[in-house]
Amino acid sequence: MLVTEQEQLKAELQELATRHGRRRDALLPMVQEVQRRHGHVSSYAMQVIADLLDIHPVEVHSVVSFYSFLSARPLGRFVIRVCRTISCDMAGKDRVARQLENDLKIKFGETTPDGQFTLEWANCLGMCDQGPAILVNEQVFTGVTPEQVHGILEQCRRRFSAHALAQTAEHAV
Amino acid sequence: MISSRRGNFTFNGIAPEAGLKAALQKGRAGVIGELSASGLKGRGGAGFPTGVKWNLAAAAKSDVKYVVCNADEGEPGTFKDRVILSDFAPLVFEGMTIGGWAIGAKKGVLYLRGEYIYLRPHLEKVLAERRKQNLLGTKILGKDGFDFDIGIRMGSGAYVCGEETALIESLEGHRGEPRNRPPFPVDTGFQNKPTIVNNVETLTWAACILSKGAAWFKKIGTDKSAGLKLYSVSGDCTRPGVYEFPLGITVAKLLGEVGGENAKAVQVGGASGRCVPASEFARTLAFEDVPTGGSIIVFGPQRDMLRVARNFMDFFVEESCGQCTPCREGNVKLLEGLELLEEGRCSMRYLRELCALGETMAVASKCGLGQSSPTAFLSIVQHFQDELMGRMHGR
Amino acid sequence: MAESVKAADDSRAPVSQRPKTMAPPSDIRDIGALVTVNIDGQDVKVPMGTTILEAAKKAGIRIPTLCYHEDLCIAGVCRICVVEVDGQRTLQAACAYPVTSPLKVKTHTRKVRQARRHVVDLLLSTHYGECYSCFRNNNCELQALAKECGVDFFRFGHPEQPRYEVDRSSYSVVRDMNKCVLCRRCVRTCIDLQEVGVLEAIGRSANTKVATFLDKPLGEVVCINCGQCINRCPTGALRANDPTDEVWAAIDDPKKHVVIQTAPSPRAAIGECFGQPPGKALTFELNTALKQCGFDRVFDTNFTADLTILEEGTELIIRLKKALVDKDPLVALPQFTSCSPGWVKYIEHFYTELLPHVSSAKSPQQMFGAIIKTYYAKLNKLDPQDIVTVALMPCSAKKFECNRQEMCSSGYKDIDYGLTTRELAQMIKEAGIDLPNMPKSNFDDPFGTATGSGVIFGATGGVMEAALRTVVELVCGIKVEDLFAHADIIPVRGFEGVRYAEIPITKVGPVPDILKPLVKDWNWLKGATLKVGICHGTANAKKVLEDIRAGGKFSECHFIEFMACPGGCLGGGGQPIPTGPAIRAARAKAIYDEDKGYAIRKSHENPDVLKIYKDFLTDGPCGHLSHKLLHTHYTARGKYIV
Repeated sequence: MLVTEQEQLKAELQELATRHGRRRDALLPMVQEVQRRHGHVSSYAMQVIADLLDIHPVEVHSVVSFYSFLSARPLGRFVIRVCRTISCDMAGKDRVARQLENDLKIKFGETTPDGQFTLEWANCLGMCDQGPAILVNEQVFTGVTPEQVHGILEQCRRRFSAHALAQTAEHAV
Repeated sequence: MISSRRGNFTFNGIAPEAGLKAALQKGRAGVIGELSASGLKGRGGAGFPTGVKWNLAAAAKSDVKYVVCNADEGEPGTFKDRVILSDFAPLVFEGMTIGGWAIGAKKGVLYLRGEYIYLRPHLEKVLAERRKQNLLGTKILGKDGFDFDIGIRMGSGAYVCGEETALIESLEGHRGEPRNRPPFPVDTGFQNKPTIVNNVETLTWAACILSKGAAWFKKIGTDKSAGLKLYSVSGDCTRPGVYEFPLGITVAKLLGEVGGENAKAVQVGGASGRCVPASEFARTLAFEDVPTGGSIIVFGPQRDMLRVARNFMDFFVEESCGQCTPCREGNVKLLEGLELLEEGRCSMRYLRELCALGETMAVASKCGLGQSSPTAFLSIVQHFQDELMGRMHGR
Repeated sequence: MAESVKAADDSRAPVSQRPKTMAPPSDIRDIGALVTVNIDGQDVKVPMGTTILEAAKKAGIRIPTLCYHEDLCIAGVCRICVVEVDGQRTLQAACAYPVTSPLKVKTHTRKVRQARRHVVDLLLSTHYGECYSCFRNNNCELQALAKECGVDFFRFGHPEQPRYEVDRSSYSVVRDMNKCVLCRRCVRTCIDLQEVGVLEAIGRSANTKVATFLDKPLGEVVCINCGQCINRCPTGALRANDPTDEVWAAIDDPKKHVVIQTAPSPRAAIGECFGQPPGKALTFELNTALKQCGFDRVFDTNFTADLTILEEGTELIIRLKKALVDKDPLVALPQFTSCSPGWVKYIEHFYTELLPHVSSAKSPQQMFGAIIKTYYAKLNKLDPQDIVTVALMPCSAKKFECNRQEMCSSGYKDIDYGLTTRELAQMIKEAGIDLPNMPKSNFDDPFGTATGSGVIFGATGGVMEAALRTVVELVCGIKVEDLFAHADIIPVRGFEGVRYAEIPITKVGPVPDILKPLVKDWNWLKGATLKVGICHGTANAKKVLEDIRAGGKFSECHFIEFMACPGGCLGGGGQPIPTGPAIRAARAKAIYDEDKGYAIRKSHENPDVLKIYKDFLTDGPCGHLSHKLLHTHYTARGKYIV
């Protein structure tokens, strides 16, 4: 990581710590926010957070490694979580999962080389009456069929390019 | 996403804030008395009497107390809390506010599972509205000295955080590892202060009870299991969704309502619940018979019960917090046993060893997760042994 | 004169692993009330809040435990200690269950026995333990439990292959996670007891493992090598980096002149490895045994402990003079002791800005090495290259210390190998020597005379006591005995985590010859009050350092003794396993008893030490040569890991 990036991250974390209070109970909201913004909680971020909350970096790592939605390694811009629990399993999650693997050319637990998509399993998304269900970042899709997979992925790609375009435009100004 | 609600819900007919107003009128002891009289028991699955819990927390001596709403609905097959939170959020917050009034807490926390993050904006909006209407904040509804507010905290994908002490650990910024009990949260909870942790549905019913009276609630259901309950129904049935039925309904009657008459078995209570075979469909869904947090998963005649059992064990192997030995290692052994069954390589003797291990896990694990994780395995082995044994290799 | 600092309840352990906090009884009559527990039919009265395990101990009933450790907070995770409590559906962990009302407990019903068997079976199913080749063979809690619970076969299997690579990256501690049973005693030791924070549980469910930050090798993280985790590990998952083979090879090599120095703490504890009760020092039996093992010379680390007192004491006087006479604003006071290598690495990582406070004097172990490879080599016409210096220490951090690059100012490595008490005991056993029954013999010359001051270095407060004995006499010109009966400076003794004492200097004496090059008179100290602090365990060190940062009363101290390990060296990470408060107290008693037995009890009266200043370190303490050989410098390591 470049020094300037580190400085930036540090400032960001200091701001977060001020907002949530520099106490241990601020740890989860802080790492959740870092995960949301950066797609992972980097080792540097963990150490800065530890410093801010006066705990040990290994404690932050321990917490990050405990929760399945937090990750110490970078995840894709879109994290696709496929529910694998019983009702979705009975509703045919295997075929949806296979199609996702085929379309993205990665296996579960992997991230596409372009850093766009990560495929992960999830345990019960609470959509049991409308399975198979998948969660893409913060959006839930239910009753997903294998042929809908392509459309969902395209929707993500379009959203990203729109976002990227907006950013380029901003820079141009 | 389509609506999951099926049929009429009592929650629909509750006048806004009728419960809270009644609570303020009745006084603290009155609220707890009303709840105790209603016979309301925890709707998350454990079935602890809500009145007793609130009474203990109210009696605990402390300036600071907390009300925690457990919205970490992670039990496979359960989604009623999602429906309540999206359709009846004001009632949930009303229930929490009544809890705060009853035990003397100023702060409430709703712990929302990470998987439901899309509900958060809606919930924040409801909270903001309530603050505007002075249903939260200081001097609520003009009552001197009654200050209460609610914050939302997110989970991050850990089923075990539905266990109340693990939830508190998580709130405090730790791994979601359950604590030793006693002491209980009502005495030593969040930040070591007296805390009530109640399921979303429990709090919603509490608001209804204050509004409609304990007698109304107590009349419904059975002696030991009073009142109404929401059931999340999924699996092999024609009308899955969330239903409201009284406690004490038979499995057969419920299956009739949801279009699952030809089921060969029903999983009651999710992965941590038990598997009820067709021969026992006359049993009732009640704390004294087949207890449930509301998860009903229907298995049609064609379902492979070994695959079902395996799905459950996969779940527990993944979701055990890894703290205590029986749960951390025991679930792995049960899963490996199912793999042996799949391959047709499990001896009867070893299967018996595993069942004995399941019994140990049920009594020796540190928390409810480990204690209930072998239930599905044990009940499926008990009822479908014939289907499970003697598989041909590679089938 | 002395005053204790009450430790605040700021335990950082997760609440799930903290000791029970009981709500104070609402009725005043309940305070200190007794409850009756019936355990296996036997009534026992215990104070409210006592755990079932403690109650059972009181009744003389044994309940097996694994994750429980006297020094640590309660985890309740292994589930070995489960018992049946009347009226409860599930079994309860005896270590974690506080008794608040009358209870009926059964400790060995069928359910309980089956549960314990299963727990051990499950642990064995993941424990890649090769008992024959394990250093904990015959001293392993898991092995003992398997026997106690009647395990007769691997019911749920047994791993045939290791899952993890053994981490040998540290000079001090070797981690073999294949043997870990996840009792998390090391985690509680590292985070809660020592507050170093190197080890935590990482991952979830069956993938949980105890690991460092980002699972880095131990040698690359902020580990201070104190080895307290080793002392509390129930299995062989943690052990010290063992150089026994290299030491034997040196002994076997006829060209090598192998010299060993023994520190007081291992001598007070090594008997425990031979079935002796704690608290029986085998100092002189050990001398004989070491000669029989083949060591050419056996020296007493006390000699350089005395030397350390003179060097470190002189350094303190120099600092005080700079501050009080020269009014130098940059002088770093209080001065911190530097003999505990765990403590030194701790401050190098966590409080780099306070490093100037650390005395530049090397530890006694390293001083001895430097003296042996220079003065002793010359005296005996030996080529330093042929001398192998071995140190018997109670410490795992000493292994790291002797491998520090800066520790070779003589041109040779000061100390070649550091042995722990456990490792030396193993060597003695391997040589077939029955240590407790060896005849006694003396240490070798020219460092044969030791003082009681050197001995007490082993206990917390010992360095301070030794330093005070010398400073008081040299400055005040009176006998310590006039101030403290028998020269026992009681205010600095004890096991309290943080201690503070004041010694007023009411009169001053003439400047002794040895210090004449440095000061003309003591008048500038007249009427001053010497303020000292003592702490042991890095968690307590942290309290003191934070107090200094905040400008509290410890910032006004002149001299502070820091020991990384609870209890000081006698509780070191190289000492026999198990450890516990009673064991450490017994070792401390052995050390103070040994001190009483010495004819000379003050470092500055040691004739051999005075001789070395006369013959070799001729420019005196903190002079040019001693600076080169006996002093060192430190590295600001910081705590960030890239």
